[in-house]
Amino acid sequence: MGVPMQFVMPDLRPLTPEILMTVLSLLVLLSDLVIKRKETIALLSILSVAAVAFTFRDSLGVTFNGMFISDGYSRFFGIIFVLNVILTVLISVKYIGIERVNFGEYYGLILFSTLGMMIMASAGDLIVLYLGLELMALSTYILAGFIRYDVKSNEAAMKYFLLGAFASAFLLYGTSMIYGLTGTTNIKAIAGYILLHGLMGNPALTLAMALFVVAFSFKIAAVPFHMWAPDAYEGAPTSITAFMSVGPKAAGFAVMGRVLLDGLYPIKPEWSAVLIPIAILTMGVGNIVALSQTNIKRMLAYSSIAHAGYALLGVIAGTADGLASVMNYMLIYAFMNIGAFAVIIMLRTEGFKGDNITDYEGLSKTHPLLASLMLVFMFSLTGIPPTAGFMGKFYLFMSAVNAGYTWVVIIAVIFSAISAYFYLRIVMYMYMKDPKQEVAISTSPSMSLALAITLFGVIAIGVLPASVVHLARIAFP
Amino acid sequence: MVPLQWYLMLSAAVFTIGVFGFLTRRNIIIMFMSIELMLNAVNISLVSFSHYLQDLRGQILVFFIITVAAAEAAIGLAIIIALFRNKTTAHVDDMNEMKG
Repeated sequence: MGVPMQFVMPDLRPLTPEILMTVLSLLVLLSDLVIKRKETIALLSILSVAAVAFTFRDSLGVTFNGMFISDGYSRFFGIIFVLNVILTVLISVKYIGIERVNFGEYYGLILFSTLGMMIMASAGDLIVLYLGLELMALSTYILAGFIRYDVKSNEAAMKYFLLGAFASAFLLYGTSMIYGLTGTTNIKAIAGYILLHGLMGNPALTLAMALFVVAFSFKIAAVPFHMWAPDAYEGAPTSITAFMSVGPKAAGFAVMGRVLLDGLYPIKPEWSAVLIPIAILTMGVGNIVALSQTNIKRMLAYSSIAHAGYALLGVIAGTADGLASVMNYMLIYAFMNIGAFAVIIMLRTEGFKGDNITDYEGLSKTHPLLASLMLVFMFSLTGIPPTAGFMGKFYLFMSAVNAGYTWVVIIAVIFSAISAYFYLRIVMYMYMKDPKQEVAISTSPSMSLALAITLFGVIAIGVLPASVVHLARIAFP
Repeated sequence: MVPLQWYLMLSAAVFTIGVFGFLTRRNIIIMFMSIELMLNAVNISLVSFSHYLQDLRGQILVFFIITVAAAEAAIGLAIIIALFRNKTTAHVDDMNEMKG
């Protein structure tokens, strides 16, 4: 007679939001069978993420032997992901009808992708990190190719898929090296092992760190691993471009913070020596190539690359302040970038693409309100006070200066000044040129709500940044 | 008993073949197969580490990688078929709808 196996049920409370999210995502996916009106499914998905957000507060804790961490850090990112879903769904409702891809699984995939992001932000173990990353990535590949009949959309999905899968192979090779070196995949235990055995400077560890940096750089679209971003952003449905430019990027920064600042903190001099050139290249290539773009989605793709470069400064700083300013910046970026994409979507009507920069000529005369909204978002992306974009950059640059990287910040400020050219060119087209053609816009109540939320976010955080920064600061211990 | 280093060298060799295949071949299906090669190289090294360390965690990760790779293959092939229907090519150099 053997002793009966003891099975201790792990504490599931820290997982409440993820479990709820899984159940609700499946329900939203299944509701497509019975609900014929797709707007109802959109409403259901917004209600689902709102319900998930309410469970964040009571979920703090660590479970599954440290494999899953629910702390202020992961839940702050969770709020960014929830916001990303709400805004994306609001701007999609009418748009996917215009693109003739009004299918119910669109919303289900958005929710699954977000679940993957939440798992990534909470990962305390490299295995969990990998699973969350793949859940996020696989759902996003499908969303990028959602306009099945459009070659551009297929091509976007293809490129995103090939390079994303390539990057996750690097992540896994890095994981296997770390596992072989330290005998564990737990992020906290890795740092402990490195310190205990003095592995600093071990070539295999450096190689593993480099593989991780490559994989994360692909996810956040940092140069020289950004090749997929412009094509994927231009070809994907515009609402999904907005979703991809915020969610996966924020999730990439979340795991970057966790792995580099928790697991590999003992070798910070080595990874910051790798990240500084990447950050400078990212800001440089992103801002300079954006100057010559004629398609506004492609221009915003390069701008998104450049913004990843700014946010990298916070990681390079490697302090709690640095990471808090990255979190803050990602939140601000969600508001201003989705706001800009919402304006782009409004110009898309039946038979008119509206994604060329010249389509914005004279917009202030035909649609003054829309033009003024675009003005605010462009000012915010440039970083002009009193918008949120300025405060976000200010905190990032401050944290990097305080950590002693003044020269990198000087380069960042120069590139940031260059970026004013292509953002303000749109403003110039809207306000100082005469309309060449009659541009119709597609309005809907949900779109107005999305624009109101993003405008409020951009102005409110710009005028009163302290509360958000404080929230981010206490979230990271 | 084959020493650990041999397995690691095999894994590194297969991974490198995968990376070079991905970077030099221009047919999507072959590029996709190269990615599978890279994933399986990782599996070899994880299993050998797992045996060497007498720790099951590596093999658990291998099972997850195999499952995720299956899902990835399904999605990748679906995307390739969708593209093929519109374009009748499996060559990445022909995918140049977007430039700049």
